Amino acid sequence: MLASSRWRLVSVVAALIFGVLFTLPNLLPANLREALPPFLPKQTLNLGLDLQGGSYLKLSVDTGALRVEKTTNLIEDIRTTLKGEDIAFTDLGQVGQDVTVRITDAGRQNEALNLLRSRLGGAVSGGGSGLELAAQPDQRIRLAFSAQALNAEASRAVDQSIEIIRRRIDALGTREPAIQRQGLDQIVVQAPGESDPERLKSIIGQTAKLTFQMVDDSVSLAEAAEGRIPPGSIILPSQTEGPLLLKKRAVVTGEMLTEATQGFDGRSGEPIVNFRFNGQGAARFGEVTASNIGKRFAIVLDGKVISAPVIQSAILGGSGQISGNFTAESANELAVLLRAGALPAPLRIEQQNTVGAELGADAVRAGAISLAIGAVAMFAFIVLAYGLFGVFAALGLILNVLLIIGAMSLTQATLTFPGIAGIILTLAVAVDANVLIYERVRDEAHLGRSPLQALEQGYERALVSILDANITSAISAVIMFMFGAGAVRGFAWTLLIGVITSVFTAVVVTQLLIGWWYRAKKPKTLPIV
Amino acid sequence: MRWPFIRNLPTDFNFDFVRLAPFAAVLSAILIAASVGSFIFRGLNFGIDFVGGALIEVQTQKPLDIGGLRRVMTEAGGEDAQVQSLGAGNGAILRYRVPNDADLNQSTQTVKTALQKAFPGIEIRRAETVGGKVSGELARSGAIALSVAMLLMLLYIWFRFQLQFGLGAIVAVLHDVVLTLGVLSITQLEVSMTSIAALLTVIGYSMNEKVITFDRLRENLRKYKTTPLAEIINRSENERLSRTLITGSTAIIALSGALFLGGPVLLPLVFTMVFGVIIGTYSSIYVALPIILLWGVRRDDEDVMPLKPADARRR
Repeated sequence: MLASSRWRLVSVVAALIFGVLFTLPNLLPANLREALPPFLPKQTLNLGLDLQGGSYLKLSVDTGALRVEKTTNLIEDIRTTLKGEDIAFTDLGQVGQDVTVRITDAGRQNEALNLLRSRLGGAVSGGGSGLELAAQPDQRIRLAFSAQALNAEASRAVDQSIEIIRRRIDALGTREPAIQRQGLDQIVVQAPGESDPERLKSIIGQTAKLTFQMVDDSVSLAEAAEGRIPPGSIILPSQTEGPLLLKKRAVVTGEMLTEATQGFDGRSGEPIVNFRFNGQGAARFGEVTASNIGKRFAIVLDGKVISAPVIQSAILGGSGQISGNFTAESANELAVLLRAGALPAPLRIEQQNTVGAELGADAVRAGAISLAIGAVAMFAFIVLAYGLFGVFAALGLILNVLLIIGAMSLTQATLTFPGIAGIILTLAVAVDANVLIYERVRDEAHLGRSPLQALEQGYERALVSILDANITSAISAVIMFMFGAGAVRGFAWTLLIGVITSVFTAVVVTQLLIGWWYRAKKPKTLPIV
Repeated sequence: MRWPFIRNLPTDFNFDFVRLAPFAAVLSAILIAASVGSFIFRGLNFGIDFVGGALIEVQTQKPLDIGGLRRVMTEAGGEDAQVQSLGAGNGAILRYRVPNDADLNQSTQTVKTALQKAFPGIEIRRAETVGGKVSGELARSGAIALSVAMLLMLLYIWFRFQLQFGLGAIVAVLHDVVLTLGVLSITQLEVSMTSIAALLTVIGYSMNEKVITFDRLRENLRKYKTTPLAEIINRSENERLSRTLITGSTAIIALSGALFLGGPVLLPLVFTMVFGVIIGTYSSIYVALPIILLWGVRRDDEDVMPLKPADARRR
């Protein structure tokens, strides 16, 4: 076992080079680091927000709102589809989670069912809506979205939200935000260095759903307020006047915008948002404005009317402006939000952490000092206990620290406060491997074996224990990484890296060093016996 | 004293570990009862990671006015307001909860504004708010991770040793978990996500100890086929006593730096770890092994692994 082996030397040298190369950027000041030749790694440890300062937001996508919107749209779709084919119906509405409609003419129930199925249905896998339709007694048709369809929709909404949040934050100029999906419907946003979560929240928290809807003037507002709201219309609050009665159907939506910039109104000089529609939007908007001259349309943002101008003439160019009591700043923010796109569903803030940069620096200092003191005390102890062999173990330990920091820099794993404590204990377990070996060697020597035999037996026997113990640790680390969330996950990764590097340095490195020492000295007794 | 110091350690220990097992069983039972009792009557001091709420770390220019801080928080709508002085400087950690239906972010903003108004020049160094829903999920994902990890470790030990070894290890680790939670309950140290990390480390270290313990036991079981189990346990434990002492001290020495200098944020974490190292070592000897002793092990179908003649080995 102590025979000189080429692969052992090669692997230790390779590990040393790896450890030094990948740890080095952490020790250099930023300007020197940038000056490194391009083939050298530049990544530094990815410090957690608790060590670095910054903001952490956990958001959840409001899937309930998503469902409500889906159902509302479905009801409108059913209404237009049936009307289009002149099929009379009553009782169209939501029952529990489903939508039901009663077809007035019993003879046309099947026709209506097939019509709705072909227009609105289709399996999710085939790109359809996943809508399930069923004929029911009393000439009714029941429509419901399958669980699969709802889950797919929620999942899509989360992906979309992540993309949109990224675009919005990039516009803010915050450096390297990490935006990740967590679980089914959650999104974690980590913005290092951003110690003002309010700015972050104001830009993430808005859905920014923009719609252009016609004002419904078929009944007066007073009548509508008494509950006589025509089907397909809705009362929405307004920023500039009292509530307005609007058609539910949006003529044009924010998705059809290609451009949005902040500007100033030519006449009044007040801040506005200029926008431009894409081809489809421009055509739709032109059509509707042409046929509704003299009527009002409303610009609605997140369920609130921003302004409701009267259509003076057909707007055919596909561009326009939104005005409505903006300041230059709020107009600019709206333009940013419109450019980035609307969130598919509102986001709820579930958790938020902010760590001031100064506290982060204090934490790094305290962590580094305690890690250093722990390590030095451990080195001293092991050297006092085992003399030269303790020095070998300490050398292995130094390489271990380099490897852990290097591997964590390379994989960009997040180092947090608990992670530092985890590393300290990992080092202690690495020392345990050496203690196991050395104690075994002592046992064998006391049984009367020669130094060489004692060393060989010691390594061989202890290796079984070391592997068993570390495989058990690795199992729990892997499971924690797979199932755990957030901090637990990062911690598990640190642990796993530590287990692998510890076995390597505690066994292979000391074996190499002791082998060299043995061949050089040919000792009659071992220093630890 | 001879150098290196390890040479001063006697080569043979003759400590009757097994004789103390009944006393240890009583001790463990008392400790578990105390832990469970404290758990029921005192409960754990859950941080906002679990119960939801807000935590704000502040630094004031004038000396801390703890009563004033608490009053401002309460007036701004915070329930259960607590102020924990950080000792050095004028730093303090403020904690409070908000009514279930209130908007957490809104009320945090209100509290922050009220603090800045009441204490001009106050510096808000850190602020955390956690809604109630997240907490449930964290607990659930943590519990799943823990159960699956324990199950797989049980299977691995079963595969490498025998079933009773695996069960002994699991019972001993659970013993450690209960006592660790018990000590957290008695000291009322704050339980946060960090404590979960500490608990996981404690479990990892404890499991490590169990495997090392079993390894020596298995080896001696193969070596001495007819010796009574109790005697083999005593022998194995005495043989590895020096290792137990050195490794345990190393772990505690390594953590001591963080324990004394890590500051108030690291203290609960490191304290838990140090406690775990001690209790993990104890439970290997006095929980895992007694279970195996009471249950008995298969002795017949283990392969005999005689010591090979030393000179037959390659050099």
